[in-house]
Amino acid sequence: MALLEVKDLRTRFRTDDGIVKAVSGVSFDLDRGKTLGVVGESGSGKSVTFLTVMGLVDRRHAEVEGSVLFDGEEILGASGQRLQKVRGKRIGMIFQDPMTSLNPVKKIGWQLEEAVLLHNDVTRAEARRRAIDILKEVEIPKADTRVDDYPHQFSGGMRQRVMIAMALINNPEVLIADEPTTALDVTTQAQILRLMTKLQEEHQMAIVMITHDLGVVAELADDVFVMYGGRVVEEAGVNDLFAKPEMPYTWGLLGSLPRLTMTTDRLEQIPGQPPSLLHPPTGCAFSPRCAYVFDRCRQELPELRAGAVGEGHLFRCHLGDDERARIWAEKKAAFEAAEGSAA
Amino acid sequence: MVQFLIRRIFWAFFLFFVATIITYIIFFVIPTDPAQIACGVHCVPAILKQVRHSLHLDLPIYQQYWIFVWNMVKHQSLGYSFVNGASVRWVIGQDAPVTASLVFGGAVFWLALSIPIGILSALRPRSIVDRFAMVFVLVGISAPAVWIGLILAYLIGFKLGWTPIAGYCNLLPGGAAGTCSGPAEWAYHLILPWMTFMFLFAALYVRLIRANVMETMTEDYVRTARAKGASAQRVLFQHVLRNSMLPVVTILGMDIGLALGGAVFTETVFQLRGLGSDLVQSAFKDDLPVVVGVVVFATLAVIVFNFLVDVAYAWLDPRIRLNT
Repeated sequence: MALLEVKDLRTRFRTDDGIVKAVSGVSFDLDRGKTLGVVGESGSGKSVTFLTVMGLVDRRHAEVEGSVLFDGEEILGASGQRLQKVRGKRIGMIFQDPMTSLNPVKKIGWQLEEAVLLHNDVTRAEARRRAIDILKEVEIPKADTRVDDYPHQFSGGMRQRVMIAMALINNPEVLIADEPTTALDVTTQAQILRLMTKLQEEHQMAIVMITHDLGVVAELADDVFVMYGGRVVEEAGVNDLFAKPEMPYTWGLLGSLPRLTMTTDRLEQIPGQPPSLLHPPTGCAFSPRCAYVFDRCRQELPELRAGAVGEGHLFRCHLGDDERARIWAEKKAAFEAAEGSAA
Repeated sequence: MVQFLIRRIFWAFFLFFVATIITYIIFFVIPTDPAQIACGVHCVPAILKQVRHSLHLDLPIYQQYWIFVWNMVKHQSLGYSFVNGASVRWVIGQDAPVTASLVFGGAVFWLALSIPIGILSALRPRSIVDRFAMVFVLVGISAPAVWIGLILAYLIGFKLGWTPIAGYCNLLPGGAAGTCSGPAEWAYHLILPWMTFMFLFAALYVRLIRANVMETMTEDYVRTARAKGASAQRVLFQHVLRNSMLPVVTILGMDIGLALGGAVFTETVFQLRGLGSDLVQSAFKDDLPVVVGVVVFATLAVIVFNFLVDVAYAWLDPRIRLNT
């Protein structure tokens, strides 16, 4: 049994303009100690999926369906008290913007201690000791004095370390990281990612890495799923996905990835805009932007299916196996040509 | 911090001079003769001239102003009333406690009402509490102080007979025979004025607190707190409230400072001899020294409360503490 089993998760937001279908039937399993990469552009539903898993969407405006089994226990729609026991204790979460994710009027130490005291029956002194320990573990220099500083006295990268420390302080089994490096500069990104891998080994936890950066996924993830328009459009092991992506949106994502050795001036881009989740297109959500679209795509939503490659690699596309193989071969050749000519 | 204080003090002086100079100029422009009033109805020109001289009204405006500043610096005196010769400092010393009682008591009342209602309506937008609060806000903002005061005096004081409808009692026990005093009588007489203040200000504060709490609830750090496993109450009290009270503190300081300068309407309705009624009465009688005295006091009140706001801000928000 997987640690986290999500089945047919659906999240809809009631807004003044109508119902926004943010997540439309997402299913996945997450095993202990594994890293799941979740890729997609803004508005693809990747963040909302995991906010829903955590029970952090506003229940007054959101309708939620499906099932979230955590360690065999249903937590979707669970009472506030039951969720509070899971959040921060067994599932930790870190967010995109470390500049705004810490309470500006409370000391770092206080905020870390709070996380300890919420879930453990220990004294404040013990909580403080643990706070300092975890700050050392996330490699914050002079942790025993910095614990009394306020968030604004830390840089962005340091704040993200504090966020990670706060998420890990109770040794969770799962860490959900929602674009943890997006707001940071490139060198800091690399440090944070390295830190996360190190901590994952030490704490033996599963990580969900939500990102739009395929480079991050390639580096960290065991399995990947690509989201588009509130659905999973492709899921595979990380090597499979990069070696043989099976549908046009993933091709586009890979094509838009810059490479150091590239000679072309322009990156490939996916034309058009992400779909409106208020009025989603009928059929395949990607059809309005797809270069290989045909009539069936506009009428019928493609099922998530396995192709010729095997069971573990699923995707949504109406194109036949041969045709997809042919198009990918052409694309791959083009990528390689662009890279190779520089050498 | 020292630099901050120096800047503050400089601004306080500047504000003080601007406010008093403007008051002098306004008086100079008004075409009346305070000497005539001081001299009385049966005044002969010779005596009028003498009175005018003794009140320094025959001097040019800048000299009058200079005398005022000089007396204040040298003798800590705000001068003497044109009308009855009373020391202005004494008048203000007598009447400021009345206004202060009114304003501070009123502030307690309006905060006690608007903080819980503001929070409740922020937590449950469009609920019954919220809708009721919004109607209340609309009435409070639209209705003039005099009207609210009179309605309260009529209903609660006159019809129901629960409270006195006018007058003031000293907070401290003692005083002349026949006058009322002591905390109980003091509060009893001030209930209606306080309620008037409550209706006037609570309306604005409910809106302000509601908007701030709602905004703070959407902050990222609030989501972080919930992701940590904090309960809804804990999130509200530990993470939302302090952050959402920052703008409220600013407005509160300004409102209290301003109201101390004279809650004219409320004092008039309830016949309280505070600074507001002093201001109105002496303005009618062209009693420049008293008017200037009240202006000086009001300016000081605004300056002091602005300073207190800054101190409170630094205490509430560590980001400001280090930047000053």
